[in-house]
Amino acid sequence: MSIDLSQFFEVFFEESFEGLDAMEAELLNLEPGDLDSETINTIFRAAHSIKGGSGTFGFNSVADFTHVLETLLDQIRNGERALETNHVNLLLKAVDCLRAMLGALQSEQEPDLTESNTLKAEFETILNIPHTAEPAESQAVNTKSLDTFQVDFKPLHHLFKTGNEPLYLISELTDLGECSVTSDLSDLPDIHDMQPDECYLAWSFFVETREDENKIKEIFEWVEDDAKIEVTLCGGLFSDEPESEQPVEQEAEVSETTTSAQITPNDEVKEQTVKKPPAKANTESTSIRVGIDKVDSLINMVGELVITQAMLTQLGEGDMNENKQMALKEGLAQLAHNTRDMQESVMRIRMMPISFVFSRFPRLVRDISQKLGKEVELKLIGETTELDKTVMEKISDPMVHLVRNSLDHGLETPEHRLEAGKKEAGIVTLNAFHQGGNIVIEIMDDGNGLNTDKIKSKAIEKGLINENDNLSDDEINELIFMPGFSTADAVSDLSGRGVGMDVVKRNIHALNGSIDVTSERGIGSTFTIRLPLTLAILDGQLVTLGKHTYIIPLISIVESLQLDLKQVNCVGGGVDVLRLRDEYIPILRLFQIFNHTGAIEELDKGLLVIVESDNQKVGLLVDDLLAQQQVVIKSLEANYQKVDGVSGATILGDGRVSLIVDISGLIKLAGLKKAGSQKLAIDNAMFEMS
Amino acid sequence: MEQALQVQNELHSPDSEEENVQQFLTFIMDEEEYGVDILTVQEIRGWEEITAIPNAPEFVKGAINLRGTIVPIIDLRLRFGLTSVKYGPLTVIIVVKVELKVGSKIMGLVVDAVSDVYSIGQQQARDVPDISKSENSEFVHGLVNVGEKMVVLLHLERVLNLLRETESDLLAG
Repeated sequence: MSIDLSQFFEVFFEESFEGLDAMEAELLNLEPGDLDSETINTIFRAAHSIKGGSGTFGFNSVADFTHVLETLLDQIRNGERALETNHVNLLLKAVDCLRAMLGALQSEQEPDLTESNTLKAEFETILNIPHTAEPAESQAVNTKSLDTFQVDFKPLHHLFKTGNEPLYLISELTDLGECSVTSDLSDLPDIHDMQPDECYLAWSFFVETREDENKIKEIFEWVEDDAKIEVTLCGGLFSDEPESEQPVEQEAEVSETTTSAQITPNDEVKEQTVKKPPAKANTESTSIRVGIDKVDSLINMVGELVITQAMLTQLGEGDMNENKQMALKEGLAQLAHNTRDMQESVMRIRMMPISFVFSRFPRLVRDISQKLGKEVELKLIGETTELDKTVMEKISDPMVHLVRNSLDHGLETPEHRLEAGKKEAGIVTLNAFHQGGNIVIEIMDDGNGLNTDKIKSKAIEKGLINENDNLSDDEINELIFMPGFSTADAVSDLSGRGVGMDVVKRNIHALNGSIDVTSERGIGSTFTIRLPLTLAILDGQLVTLGKHTYIIPLISIVESLQLDLKQVNCVGGGVDVLRLRDEYIPILRLFQIFNHTGAIEELDKGLLVIVESDNQKVGLLVDDLLAQQQVVIKSLEANYQKVDGVSGATILGDGRVSLIVDISGLIKLAGLKKAGSQKLAIDNAMFEMS
Repeated sequence: MEQALQVQNELHSPDSEEENVQQFLTFIMDEEEYGVDILTVQEIRGWEEITAIPNAPEFVKGAINLRGTIVPIIDLRLRFGLTSVKYGPLTVIIVVKVELKVGSKIMGLVVDAVSDVYSIGQQQARDVPDISKSENSEFVHGLVNVGEKMVVLLHLERVLNLLRETESDLLAG
């Protein structure tokens, strides 16, 4: 009785939500007719544990609702009933409803029961349970008239010592119906004689309830020997209650609990749950589940680290000699090794498979395709690809948007598809994979592709481009990412309002990622999102530029070489181009772009670092290469502002600040300088039009 | 120093104790004394090597590592259009935290030398005479006489905020 269950609520909610996710996923796998007993068992188990849990924690509305759901599942499992499509639909709706109910309970609000009652009725129709049988108990209650009982509860002094807590009894009593309390303080001794662990108070309650006397007696069953309890039926109404001005004394330990800390005699103690502190605005859980193996490996590494540290301490004692110095070097190498390993495993804790995001799409696609009357087959590839949790949380909304777009705009209606000689069902593919230090997510559809003519005319109409601008198809496709752009003829609740793609692009940029679109008329379009795996740490190559040290992300470096001037051609416009094995690579003089003096300016005296970004290779002229090391990315923006060509800063071993080169930003910065004329013209045109 | 102490004592005497007394840290630049609200000051550091930031305006000297935070360093002399001096061991960086529209930022100001701390009542501060022709007048919050000297109280938010504007102007141009 005295265990505070609320400390387990979070766990219950977390598990329930996981259970619901599992149910949803399995329900989507269910094919009517082809019944896989394992699948139905999984669903049944999930429902069953939600029912059990909610019963235990007193969330009866959830438990009752889950019960009918479970009954249906049980019948299907036992083969007593064939699975039909409408069962699946109903079950899916029930999952949604349960999620909403649990969400409300989690934020300490009363769940809205209207939906669950409707669904429950539907379930009962299927189950052939007559409606009248609906919660037998509550019906009986409904027919019974309201009675008022007077309950006199006079605990003996030693009540607390027997481990009983009158407040729980009172709270249970108030659950039965409207209740008013009068406390009897007559037994209260002088303050000097008062024993803190004795109970001196007595109460009389007036309870207006549909329950009978036994129910009330049941509450006090456990304290029968430790208190005097009298339950009498007064029949009279609430207003008969005797008036009392004395506030109820609250023992210190009593007032600790939130339930009724401030009862005054005339207070009605109903609606206890509602009185709880205001709902938490943020129901999102911030915990992550980590595989025990990841934690184990981390603990192992900490162990090793401690050993290395002990070794180094020992070496540090006494005088230095040559032998010791050798050992010290070894020890430091060991330490470096340990630190790196540990860093990796800590990062791995933050990494989660992308299936956490992918798993919401089957349902989404199913719902949307039904709404649109399109047949869609969803393919998920690379679900185990891992990425940082923060990145994952931020990428899921943009992805939802893109998938919706693909379904709404990309895929044609079944008739059109048949006409075009395609299969009736459109295919949307989500593909995730690692490429270098990036994770790439592709969203492909085999629909109609982007309509470049339509995009162009729309862009002209909206003043985004000039009629005379000669844009390539790719450039036209890029226009869809501009603010205020939508080509959907009809605005639906899915898409077409013109907010969207620009927001998608902005969100992805905020994660240091990029998004591209490729499209072919009649064949389909592909959106490619590239994201950094993690936002915190990077493998870097230190390079010098005069007295400045910069860091180039190792992942973007293709190779480094000493230039042979014979291989360099100066193309018109002053851009040097290096011919390297059938490729022509423009050379950027880093010192020039960054406006530094004192660096090596001759091409053949410095080193050329070939880097690649967004499928474009450039050579960066630097003075020299220094070490490679892992660097922790620090924000330059936090106290300063965004610097073009620089993605952030870090602190080197000697405490100095070094800046990290942002390759794609650099290319843009350089590109603006050399081929700026055409782009500027477009920008200006846009500016004037708006 | 002695004189400065006297001034402080004077200020602490009851008759000059105003209701809204604010403390200001003052520093010297080109023989003028400037004051900033002492509550914005995080710490005072000696000169150290600074990492240059590419394409930054001239008065942004670069960034330093302040216990793991990257802090930009602004040369106030250049900011005010004064001639710059060679940095040496006596050069001082005042690290301040300012609330800008974009949130609070920590920046370092290079000044010639730190001078004193004065308590100044609000009534004591005079408005700036009309010197609107000078670009720098908007940085000035008020003027105050301390003993024989005049101290220029600075509007740090403006001093440091203009940084953004100039920058974006530069970029746009």
